[in-house]
Amino acid sequence: MTVSSLTPTELAARLKRGLFLRTGAFTVKLQTTIPNVSEGVRLLYADYPLASEDFADFHVSLSRPFNLRRWFKPQVWFRLEGIAPFQPLPYDQSFPLLEWGLNWCVSYHANSYLMIHAAVVEKDGHAAILPAPPGSGKSTLCAALVNRGWRLLSDELTLIRLSDGAIVPLPRPVSLKNASIDVIKKFVPTAVFSRAVDDTLKGTVAHMKPSADSVVRAGETAKPGWIIFPQYQADAATRLEAIPPSRAFMRVADNAFNYSQLGQCGFEALAALIDQSAAYDFTYSVLDEAIAAFGALQAPAPRP
Amino acid sequence: MNRRELVLQAFRDPASLTGLDLMQWDLLLRQARQANLLVSLYILLIDKELIEAIPEQPRRHLEWSHSVTERYKQAVLWEIGFIQKALGEAGVRLILLKGAAYVMARLPHARGRTFSDIDILVPKDSLGNVEASLMLHGWQATHHDEYDQRYYRNWMHEIPPMQHAKRMSVIDVHHAILPVTAPIHPDSRKLLAAARQVDAQGDVFVFSPADMVLHSAVHLFHDGEYDNGLRDLVDIHGLLQHYGATPGFWAILTARARELELTRPLFYALRYAALLLHTPVPAQALQDADIGRPGPLLLKLMDQLFMRALLPHHPSCDDGWTASARAILYIRANWLRMPPWLLVRHLFHKAFLSPKKEG
Repeated sequence: MTVSSLTPTELAARLKRGLFLRTGAFTVKLQTTIPNVSEGVRLLYADYPLASEDFADFHVSLSRPFNLRRWFKPQVWFRLEGIAPFQPLPYDQSFPLLEWGLNWCVSYHANSYLMIHAAVVEKDGHAAILPAPPGSGKSTLCAALVNRGWRLLSDELTLIRLSDGAIVPLPRPVSLKNASIDVIKKFVPTAVFSRAVDDTLKGTVAHMKPSADSVVRAGETAKPGWIIFPQYQADAATRLEAIPPSRAFMRVADNAFNYSQLGQCGFEALAALIDQSAAYDFTYSVLDEAIAAFGALQAPAPRP
Repeated sequence: MNRRELVLQAFRDPASLTGLDLMQWDLLLRQARQANLLVSLYILLIDKELIEAIPEQPRRHLEWSHSVTERYKQAVLWEIGFIQKALGEAGVRLILLKGAAYVMARLPHARGRTFSDIDILVPKDSLGNVEASLMLHGWQATHHDEYDQRYYRNWMHEIPPMQHAKRMSVIDVHHAILPVTAPIHPDSRKLLAAARQVDAQGDVFVFSPADMVLHSAVHLFHDGEYDNGLRDLVDIHGLLQHYGATPGFWAILTARARELELTRPLFYALRYAALLLHTPVPAQALQDADIGRPGPLLLKLMDQLFMRALLPHHPSCDDGWTASARAILYIRANWLRMPPWLLVRHLFHKAFLSPKKEG
């Protein structure tokens, strides 16, 4: 059973008492009566499996405060097990808040993975990890790649399993900001988007539905392949430059959520990842050229 | 199984956890997380060799909570090294309290225990030296408000918490285990004199076993906030189980409680550890601790309050009286902290005169 098997009314009723949703390696129980969220879930989570209702990794809810803020500049709270990890946001931002909240749940708890703030896509069993600060065009590039033959593993959270170094998918809607939204709408006219929300902390935000294939194959892990630091630069020529492993190591560590908390395990997992990957700086301005450059990547030679 | 007492059941009879279904695990994890007891639960299951029998979905939550504690412990030991150096230069022995003490004393139940501040006890007449030396080593005073400064320095049993400028670690420097304004004054000189050495180099000290239990009890039963109440009771449970096997421990414990005027908190500690966690306490020790028993009416009231407030702050553990029980215990703690006229003056100042904090 997937979310698409529920009618909009059934979905809203299910959300009211708690919808058990499977996203990658995690089960979320989501409770809300907010129509925006229900609509976003119906649109973007259509292909996600419903999970059995006896256990959830994260019990989350989105709700309006029970005070004057219900009517005057209404707000929305995200709560994990009844506790709000962050301040409320304007009511209009309910669906983006769900996405940010779910990322927080995983990044704050799932310490059997080394977690890197990076998009990650896969082809022929190898993963390309795109760590980058906001504004570098990471999500835009990721959205373009997954519409041109790469499989989406995640657009925010790269999970490296500590026990074996495998990269574990967490496919969820791809978050796009400001100009990127129109860029991708033009690049992929068939893509499905949630309603764009203005004036968030990150500007205008919209989420793109992940492909059914990436959701169905969420259990298939990938091997490390490439670590590519993207940088969008207007009018720049497409350029892929190898960088030494030592520098790649430090830059990935800078983008990791739990590298220092994991201590020695984190160091070993990152060292193994760097060892098995080819690392590049990547500058681009034209998406078609960027995709061609990714298509030409050679799988790294297997190491002993 | 009683839903409200799932997490208690886990510590009473860990073997019973192998019989839980996923829905019960789902609730148990949430109760334990709320009470900051996930890691303790994990350690318990490892010790009892039960972890393999736990279903994969809940088991990984326990493992997640544990996986960051090794690094945490390294950081604590590193920090203790710096504090030791600063105190050494002030010519004062480092005596650790509470969480940091449990870690340094390598108490089995405290593996993986995390805490926010490092607490230490120093003789009152060396407070000035210690504070100056900590400042030279990078710790800075917090609470710059004049009223707060006076509140701590004249009335409390500690100086305002100090935070390291670079590493951000917080240290609480105590000269006693109860406020100056409280009606009872356990003699700090006796506590300092009985402290024992825990590391090979010989410069780090913790309380004697009996004093550790008594301090834990006074902290739990005189404090007004029970967010970590069950976690602290589990600490007492662990201390009693660990030291309870040592010959003479129980007799020393009850005698020491009389010596330090702490018979009431010890009575409560033994009572609620036994009632809630089924901690084994010898009959003789219970009889000796009875000297701290309150009158029957008061005890009935305290049972109603503590049996609610000590449960995890999770909706599944609350009943209609839980919120009131917590509120009453909060007021009681302030009552125990200072005489009524001082309390009124303090609350008035905090409400109307202190500068408001942002947010």
